[in-house]
Amino acid sequence: MPRKAPVLDVDAVLDDEGTRIIVCCGSGGVGKTTTAAALGVRAAERGRSVVVLTVDPARRLAQAMGLSELDNTPRKVAGAEGELFAMMLDMKRTFDEIIEAHADPERARQILTNPFYQSLSSSFSGTQEYMAMEKLGQLRRSGDWDLIIVDTPPSRSALDFLDAPERLGRFLDGRLIRLLSAPAKAGGRSAFKLLNAGFGLVAGALTKVLGAQVLKDIQTFVSALDAVFGGFRQRADQTYRLLQAPGTAFIVVAAPERDAMREASYFVERLAEERMPLAGLVVNRVHRSPAAALSATRSGAAAEDLETRGEHQLTAAVLRLHAGRMQLAAREKREQEHFASAHPAVPIVQVPAMPEDVHDLTGLREIGARLAGV
Amino acid sequence: MRDTDWDGVRLHVVTGKGGTGKTTAAAALALALAAGGRKVLLVEVEGRQGIAQVFDVPPLPYGERKIAVAPGGGDVYALAVDPEEAMLEYLEMFYGLRRMGKVLTRMGVVDFATTIAPGLRDVLVTGKTSEAVRRRADGRRVYDAVVLDAPPTGRIARFLNVTQEIAGLARVGPIKTHADLVRRVVASPETAVHFVALLEEMPVQETLDGVAELRAAGLPIGGIFINMVRPALEELGQVDVSELVLGLKAAGVPDAPGLAESLAQEVSEHAHRVELEKRERETLATAGIPMYDLPLLADGADLTGIYELAEAMREQGAA
Ligand SMILES: Nc1ncnc2c1ncn2[C@@H]1O[C@H](COP(=O)(O)OP(=O)(O)OP(=O)(O)O)[C@@H](O)[C@H]1O
Ligand SMILES: Nc1ncnc2c1ncn2[C@@H]1O[C@H](COP(=O)(O)OP(=O)(O)OP(=O)(O)O)[C@@H](O)[C@H]1O
Ligand SMILES: [Mg+2]
Ligand SMILES: [Mg+2]
Repeated sequence: MPRKAPVLDVDAVLDDEGTRIIVCCGSGGVGKTTTAAALGVRAAERGRSVVVLTVDPARRLAQAMGLSELDNTPRKVAGAEGELFAMMLDMKRTFDEIIEAHADPERARQILTNPFYQSLSSSFSGTQEYMAMEKLGQLRRSGDWDLIIVDTPPSRSALDFLDAPERLGRFLDGRLIRLLSAPAKAGGRSAFKLLNAGFGLVAGALTKVLGAQVLKDIQTFVSALDAVFGGFRQRADQTYRLLQAPGTAFIVVAAPERDAMREASYFVERLAEERMPLAGLVVNRVHRSPAAALSATRSGAAAEDLETRGEHQLTAAVLRLHAGRMQLAAREKREQEHFASAHPAVPIVQVPAMPEDVHDLTGLREIGARLAGV
Repeated sequence: MRDTDWDGVRLHVVTGKGGTGKTTAAAALALALAAGGRKVLLVEVEGRQGIAQVFDVPPLPYGERKIAVAPGGGDVYALAVDPEEAMLEYLEMFYGLRRMGKVLTRMGVVDFATTIAPGLRDVLVTGKTSEAVRRRADGRRVYDAVVLDAPPTGRIARFLNVTQEIAGLARVGPIKTHADLVRRVVASPETAVHFVALLEEMPVQETLDGVAELRAAGLPIGGIFINMVRPALEELGQVDVSELVLGLKAAGVPDAPGLAESLAQEVSEHAHRVELEKRERETLATAGIPMYDLPLLADGADLTGIYELAEAMREQGAA
């Protein structure tokens, strides 16, 4: 650990009654879901009433938390101490629920059965992020838990979590959406007329390429949606503000590798720009050696010595293994130092790479303890 | 003619869990296939300029250009498909609508259409790829093989199953016809979908799920590239601490007894890891398709590393 970096005190964050939301983010595969689940287990054991919102957990972990049912509502985790609930995000279901809540039944039916809605709700590249935020908002409003821990969707870049909802909002609010929905409205005003003239041309071309039915489906979809979400963007903004509230704590997760640490750096900077509260950085899957006193160089040299003498083959092999391990540890340390010198004020905690994947409550407890530095 | 596991395959699609090494493996496969004087096109579709990064060249424009020479004198060409450009090309080719295409693009229509209908984007992209596979000049195929750096496992079936994806959106019409054509290429025995996996739980599970999903969709499955395989350290088995102490002393390492204990612990952790990887490998093998090892490159996947991986692929008969 770089000497100057302050230590992230996870227990202090969990124990603080003022902490209402913890968001675990980071680039793909670094351990966001594992961290979120481990924090949940630990917080519940420490007396908080917790719900963990997971996104795409590994299958065995999901089973361990009793998340085999995908019904988009929190379930109590059997076998966990205290008040621990968990759920797995179903993005399509969440989207459907927004529609159902905001449209009259007939309009909702129109939207839900529209092929473009089905396509958008299951594969738009920001839908998952938006729905995670939406669900977070719902859980928060329910007031049923005093701590909500959110996992973020798998994505290359941690920034996607912050950018995608805005992108979806902008998209649904966009000029073209207005243009497409314009003919469906009684377009008396001149601005609409102008748009419609342009639209006629475009529509002609689109019809030729897509076919008339497709275009009609698009229009129906857009106008139905438009009617439902006068302010889709407003909704996105609202959730966004929730993330800036003082009760929120972002925990950035990274692996001690160049790409992941760089992503973590970008993300930390972005949080500062957005005035979103950062609790600290978790460096996950750090490799350590129980024999750290013996350096890579010395170990390698000793192995070579034995090899040239043709003695103690086994010891030589062990020394080689150790040298490799120490090299890896040194590389990981350098990556962390880079981060720490760029962001000296960000508290850091390291979690070692466990010999095995984390897939049960015992494993999560173990990770939780390491997160808390015990 | 070399005897490889995929003779006769012209379109190699490379998928895998995010970050497992799809782009790296696709680049190496293109080199391996080109080796010995063949001409191969490497295609990327996600607008990330991953190929340019791997080959350390400036960002690729929308056009096919030579980016590497394979061992024994073959050529690797690269193409970064841009859906918008592909759409313009499509409009021009089938409708003579280039100007209108530009208008549509400027108005954001293309972006819009490909956003609310990702299937449309996929058809454009796979359409461009299959065009390259089929392309002929002077009665010969222009490319001996095409390698596609594809979207991750979670999206691959949808991405390739274009007809299905488009079916809900366009039951008839030009797009549908186009999708059918693409489907014929993608589902033919001249195509193989390869997976990149790591010996870890999630990538292995995703690979098996992906294989099952493609099977169900009737798409042709290739092999599995097991990436970042660590050099097979001889199985050290149970090490005897007193033997270690002697060895350490012989090598002049100070505090031999203390270190021996810690090193023995390290060895047992290592053995555990090896055991786990063995289990993951066995799980992967249940897919019943060929597997190839790609070594973990100590200095990361730089250009030299890609050639090394290509060599490993050739040695194992993957190309
Ligand atoms: N400290 C650790 N030691 C060992 N294995 C770990 C550790 N942390 C996470 N893992 C394992 O790494 C894998 C990926 O972890 P996880 O699913 O939490 O990552 P993620 O960031 O949520 O990934 P994604 O971006 O795909 O959602 C899992 O199999 C998990 O068990
Ligand atoms: N065999 C290898 N040895 C060492 N490093 C590797 C190896 N293969 C890939 N890498 C490194 O792993 C990282 C991810 O590889 P790559 O970009 O090819 O993955 P990808 O699956 O294409 O990722 P994405 O899902 O983001 O497109 C890169 O930094 C790459 O250099
Ligand atoms: Mg996850
Ligand atoms: Mg890639």
